[in-house]
Amino acid sequence: MTDAAMPKPVSQNRAIWQQFRSHKGAVFGLIVLGLLILFVLIGPLVWVPEKLKVAEAIRLKNQGPSLRFPLGTDQLGRDMLSRMMLAGRISLAVGLVAMLIAIVFGTLIGVVAGYYRRFEGPLMRLTDMFLALPLIPLLLVLVMLFRDRIASVIGPELGAFALIVFAIGITSWMATARIVRGEVLTLKEREYVLAARSIGARPRRIILRHILPNVVSPVMVAATLGVAEAIITESVLSFLGLGFPPDFPTWGRLLFDGLQYMQVYPERVIWPGLAISLTVLSVNYIGDGLRDALDPRIRGR
Amino acid sequence: MLTFTLRRLLLAIPTLLAISLVIFLLVDLAPGSPMSEIPLTVPPDVRQRMIEALGADQPVIVRYVLWLRQFFWVEPATLFDGWFGTTWAEGEQRILSWQSRSPVFTIIGQRLPQTLTVIGTAYLVGILIALPIGIYSAYRQYSLFDQGGTLFAMIGFSVPTFFSGTLFIIIFAVWLGWFPTKYDTQLVVNDWDSFIKQIQQMALPVMTLGLANAAAISRYMRSSMLDNMGMDYVRTARAKGLSERTVVLKHVLRNSLIPVVTVIALGIPAIFGGAIITENLFGVNGIGAALIGAIHANDIPMVQTLAFIFAVLIVLFNLIADVLYGLLDPRIRYD
Repeated sequence: MTDAAMPKPVSQNRAIWQQFRSHKGAVFGLIVLGLLILFVLIGPLVWVPEKLKVAEAIRLKNQGPSLRFPLGTDQLGRDMLSRMMLAGRISLAVGLVAMLIAIVFGTLIGVVAGYYRRFEGPLMRLTDMFLALPLIPLLLVLVMLFRDRIASVIGPELGAFALIVFAIGITSWMATARIVRGEVLTLKEREYVLAARSIGARPRRIILRHILPNVVSPVMVAATLGVAEAIITESVLSFLGLGFPPDFPTWGRLLFDGLQYMQVYPERVIWPGLAISLTVLSVNYIGDGLRDALDPRIRGR
Repeated sequence: MLTFTLRRLLLAIPTLLAISLVIFLLVDLAPGSPMSEIPLTVPPDVRQRMIEALGADQPVIVRYVLWLRQFFWVEPATLFDGWFGTTWAEGEQRILSWQSRSPVFTIIGQRLPQTLTVIGTAYLVGILIALPIGIYSAYRQYSLFDQGGTLFAMIGFSVPTFFSGTLFIIIFAVWLGWFPTKYDTQLVVNDWDSFIKQIQQMALPVMTLGLANAAAISRYMRSSMLDNMGMDYVRTARAKGLSERTVVLKHVLRNSLIPVVTVIALGIPAIFGGAIITENLFGVNGIGAALIGAIHANDIPMVQTLAFIFAVLIVLFNLIADVLYGLLDPRIRYD
């Protein structure tokens, strides 16, 4: 084989990016999600709502869209645009943190179950049991039982955040654990792991240096889809009235608040609902693109 | 096959026991109980006797075993008595709701038909929409129709039912006025007019849930069809000169339906969970609405029982899916 026949070598990251870019939906998702993140992070710095006195706010309640209030005002005269921005921050933060908890927990259980044969049986039975739990009812019960107690310890806002994020994280790690365990089971039989073991590397080092870097791709896909799922779960809780307090809203909570006024002011339901749907849609598309891009069998075809 | 089914049934018992313990302990930690409703004017010794009479001072493990006995022996026996006039469960304490002081299973029996009518129809409609979309998408892979189907499925995955349901209410009930916004549970279907009314009020919840289900199932149908399309037996069938219709709708479809049927079975418990949202949105007085009502009212026995019923459904349909897979596909033998 001559040098001329060799394809031009490209770095792995660049190959992944090229494959990702060829997925139209994923690029669309990336752009939309980027815009949404800009909207919630930069938005509140640019758009500072005027401070209204109580009497003024009452007079200005339930306004339609205008230059002064681009998305109108709610039943207490609060500017909907700035509420949407602040709610988006919390919604996205819930999705990210809950996903992180689920990923860390799932990877830990998956690695231990896959690497140490002793723990495999009990840990996978635990995973199966969690998969059989009715999640929405249990989450509702968890929030109902512990909301007041946690709120009395660390305050209602942080309390609601911590409780909901923890509850969602602790009930959505199972898929990751199964994926990671499967990967670890095949990886630990590879020659390079045997080589590492034969030069006396400890299990900790083998796992951290040789096994974990190789399970990053499937975990990243699971993480992306996990964000979407966590955002939906949080908004379901808020929608059923067991989520965040009204003065510390998420998009789900705004939608729940808007439901009472749905017949007269439908836009108050549509904006938060649209924001949730767009976020989830773009995150799902990104996950789809990532799955293709990170799979070396598909990449480069 | 029979041994496999029996073994899976036996394995399901410890799983269910563990789940029931988790649900029992979790809900048992609840701060609200009928004890906290006893007025403060009641003297302490009377209060103590009331608590003793309700059995709330027993250790957790005793209450758990008693609850299990009620769930697995007293309630089925009561049902049996009702059917055949026997007296097995006579004088036994049934699981009572703290809200209405009536047996939990009586309430569930009243609510379940509502849920089954709406949810069952929605799932059926979802399947009927999904299968043709999946089949045609696979047959014309990468065509305009296929891309449309992919977009439909992606949107169906991503738009949560509480938002699509609200949108449908705004569009079809508020703006167009075609359908009522709320489901009327009291409606009795006895003539043509009330039947039309029933159809109208079922339209929105069925559409909401049906579309969400159709999105997932159509994807499974498509990929399963694609897997089979490239098989040798398809080429053989074409080479024999069979019509395209026979090849696709008989040979490929029948083989592709095997995994889809199991996916449909696996999805059934999940739609009961999803029904909680739809029932609340449209005011269907089913078991999902009963669960939310019980949670807000601190009705512990009701929450425990309903949550456990959901868990039983999940385990049961997992088992059914496994057995179905073995029955439908002769290549799969578990023994």
